[in-house]
Amino acid sequence: MTKEFKRLDGRKYNELRKMTAKVGIIPNADGSALFAFGNTIAIAAVYGPRKLHPQHMQDPSTGVLRCNYDLLSFSVEDRKKPGPSRRSQEISKVTGWSLEPVIDLEAFPNTVIDVQIYILQADAGTRTAGINAASMALAHAGIPMKDLVCSVAVGKLDKDFVVDLTKEEEDFEDGEGATDFAMAKLANSDEFSLLQMDGKISPERIKELLNLVSESSKEIYEVQKKALKEAITHE
Amino acid sequence: MEISNVTKEYLAKLFSQQKRFDGRSLLEFRDIHVSTEVSNKAEGSARVKLGNTEVVVGVKLGTDAPYPDSPDKGNLMCTGELLPLASPAFESGPPSFRAIELGRLVDRAIRASGMIDLSKLVITPGEKVWTIYIDIYPINDDGNLIDAANIGAVIALKTAKMPKIDENGKIDYENRKGSLPILEDNFPLAFSFFKLGDSIIVDPTREEEEAAEARVTFGLSKFNKHHIVNSCQKIGKITFTKEEIEKMMDILPDKFDKLSEKLKKVL
Amino acid sequence: MKKEIEQAHEALEYDPNASVKRKAVVPGEIIVEGEDYLPGEGTKRQGENVISTRLGLAEEAGRVVRVIPIFGAFIPRKNNVVIGRIIDITFNGWLVDIDSASNSFLPIDEVPHFINKNEMDQFLDIGDIIAAKIWSIKSKGIDLALKGKGLGRLEGGFIFRIIPSRVPRVIGREGSMINLIKEKTGCNITVGQNGWIWISGTSVENEIKARRAIEFVSEKVHVNGLTEKVEEWFQENEK
Repeated sequence: MTKEFKRLDGRKYNELRKMTAKVGIIPNADGSALFAFGNTIAIAAVYGPRKLHPQHMQDPSTGVLRCNYDLLSFSVEDRKKPGPSRRSQEISKVTGWSLEPVIDLEAFPNTVIDVQIYILQADAGTRTAGINAASMALAHAGIPMKDLVCSVAVGKLDKDFVVDLTKEEEDFEDGEGATDFAMAKLANSDEFSLLQMDGKISPERIKELLNLVSESSKEIYEVQKKALKEAITHE
Repeated sequence: MEISNVTKEYLAKLFSQQKRFDGRSLLEFRDIHVSTEVSNKAEGSARVKLGNTEVVVGVKLGTDAPYPDSPDKGNLMCTGELLPLASPAFESGPPSFRAIELGRLVDRAIRASGMIDLSKLVITPGEKVWTIYIDIYPINDDGNLIDAANIGAVIALKTAKMPKIDENGKIDYENRKGSLPILEDNFPLAFSFFKLGDSIIVDPTREEEEAAEARVTFGLSKFNKHHIVNSCQKIGKITFTKEEIEKMMDILPDKFDKLSEKLKKVL
Repeated sequence: MKKEIEQAHEALEYDPNASVKRKAVVPGEIIVEGEDYLPGEGTKRQGENVISTRLGLAEEAGRVVRVIPIFGAFIPRKNNVVIGRIIDITFNGWLVDIDSASNSFLPIDEVPHFINKNEMDQFLDIGDIIAAKIWSIKSKGIDLALKGKGLGRLEGGFIFRIIPSRVPRVIGREGSMINLIKEKTGCNITVGQNGWIWISGTSVENEIKARRAIEFVSEKVHVNGLTEKVEEWFQENEK
C-alpha cells in the first residue's frame, strides 16, 4: 500500500513536521500557548470562565465555549483583509466542537470560556495547529478537562498516505489528487472530535487513516504534555 | 476589573513622588526587544516587546489602482486590530476607537516623515501601483501599544523585501529581492506622554495607562540631523499646560536619538 | 467516602514547605491505578484509574489523590473573603465586580449599620473598593456581606491582582506567609480569594516592597522552603 515514496521535504509518509510548543506566551490571558507544525504557527489564548455578555445569551444550565479562529493578514501570501471570512467562521465552529467534548461546561453555568486562535504563519494544517494550541491553552487556564485534544491532518497523495500535509502537498494534482482529512481526537481514548475532509478516498482506507491519526496523536500528546509541565516547573 | 479610585489616587501620589511600582523614573522606557521574520509569508515583519507589551507588525505588498488624487504614487494602508487575544478588555466585533487610532497614528507618523518614497511604487502610471499594507496586531497589552507598534512598523518596513511582477502581470511573492523604496536614515518613532494629576510619564504599564487622564502622542523623525515633528494627537478629557508641552519639546530630541540608536543595532 | 476526602483535604493544607512528593500532571493523565484510591479535588475516576482533570501537582494523602491546581480562575465559595469594585448602585444595594464570572451584589441589609437609601453613594460610591465576604451563591449571582472583621470600604493604599490559584500559598499555612510579609513591611494587607490584594502602609517604600514580596511568592510554584526564600528576599531588598 504505502511503499517508500518520496515527499518533497524528505519526510516519511507518517512523519510529522517538526513541532514547537510553548505555554504562557500571553501574560494577560488566563491560559495561552503556541503550537507549530513546521512552518505553520498558531497561537491561542483562553479567557474564562468569565461573564457572558449580552446577558440574554447566558445559559443557566451550562457554560458556553466561544471559539474564534482567524489568520493574521500577513500569515498568507496574498494578504488577507482584516475581518472574519466565511472560511474562518467555519473553522471557528468546528474547532469549538473539537474541544467541547473534554470540557465539563455544565460546571460553569451562565459563563463563557473564550478561546482565541490566530495563525501567524500558514503552511497548511492551520486548524490542526490551532486546536493543539487551544488544547494546551485551556489546560493552562486551569479549565477542568477530562483529556487533552490532539489534532493532525492526514491524507493521500494519489494513492499514497501522508501525515501532516504541507501546502504544496495540499495542492498536489497528479492521479487521484490530494485528499486532505483533518482530524482531532482525545489523547487517551479512541474518541474523535474533528472530522473534516475533501478529496477522494474509499471507506476502507479511511479506517487506515484513523489508525495513522492515533499514532501521530501520541507524538503530539508528548509535545503538549512537555510544554504544559514546563509551565509548572519554570514558574 | 476596571481600575479603582484608590489605585488611581495611589498612582497619582506615586508619580508626584517621582516613583513607579517597577522602580522606573517617570520618563524611562522599559526594556525593548525586537526581532524580525515573524511570518515568512510577509514581505517584512517584526515583533516588539516593550516590557510585557508585545506587538507584531507585518508588511505585505499588493497591487491596486492609485488613489484618484495621486495617480503617480503608490498606496500606503496601515491598520491596527485589537485582537481579543491580547487583553481581557478587548472584544470581538467592529474596530473600537483604540484600534482605529492605533492604525491611523502609525500611518500618519510614517507617511508624514516621508520615509517611504511612494512615487517609486508606480507600476503603470495612472493605472497600477503597489500598495504597502502595514498590519499591526498587539499580542499582549501591557500599556503603550502605539509606541511599540510604531517601532514594529518601521522595522518591518526597513527589513521588507519587494516581490516582483512576472511576465503575466501577476505578483511573484516567491522571489522577493531588494528593499522597499525607503530613505535609509529616516526612522520615524512615536512618543506618547500620559498625564495623571500633575505628573507626566512615558511608557505606562496597562495599570498606569488605565489610570491616566490624557495622552498626547508625537511622531518624530530626523532629517539632515534636524529633528522634525511629523504628527501629533491628544486624547482625554483634561488639558496639557503650555509648560508641559514645552518640556516635552525639550526632551523629545534626546529620547528620539537614544531610541533610534538602540533600534539601528537591530537592523 | 466523601467525608474521608474532605478530611484529607483539611489535613493537607497546601504547605509548600512540606516535603511531600508531588508530580506535575496534565488533564487526562493517569495519576494512580487501583480501585483503592479515592479521587479528590482536581481528579476523577476512570475505570480502575484516577486521572487528573487539571494542570497541576498531584499528591497523595493516604488513599485520597488530589491535584493542586497551579492555574485557574477564581471559583467563588461561601465565606470567601473577596475584594471588589462598586460598579453600580441600585435601590436596595450595590452591584460589585469581583472579577469572577458571576455577578455579585451587596444588599443594603448586609452592611454593619443602617444606611439611608438616599445616602447610599456616600457610604459606597462607584469605583470604591470593598473587602467583603461571600454570603450566598445562587444561580443568578452571588450575595456579599460586609459584616465581619476587616471587611468594609477600603481607603487609601492600592489594589493589584495575582493569579487566584496562588492565593493559598501567599496566605500560607494558618496565615504564616502573609503575616511574615506584614511584619517585614508594617503594612495592612487584605488578601481576597479572588486574587485581588489590598495594601496600605505607612510609607510608599514599604507598600511597594510588600507588593513585590507578594508577587515573588505568587510566582514560585514548586519551591520547598519558600519561607526561607522569602526571608532571603527581604534581606536582599533591605533598602
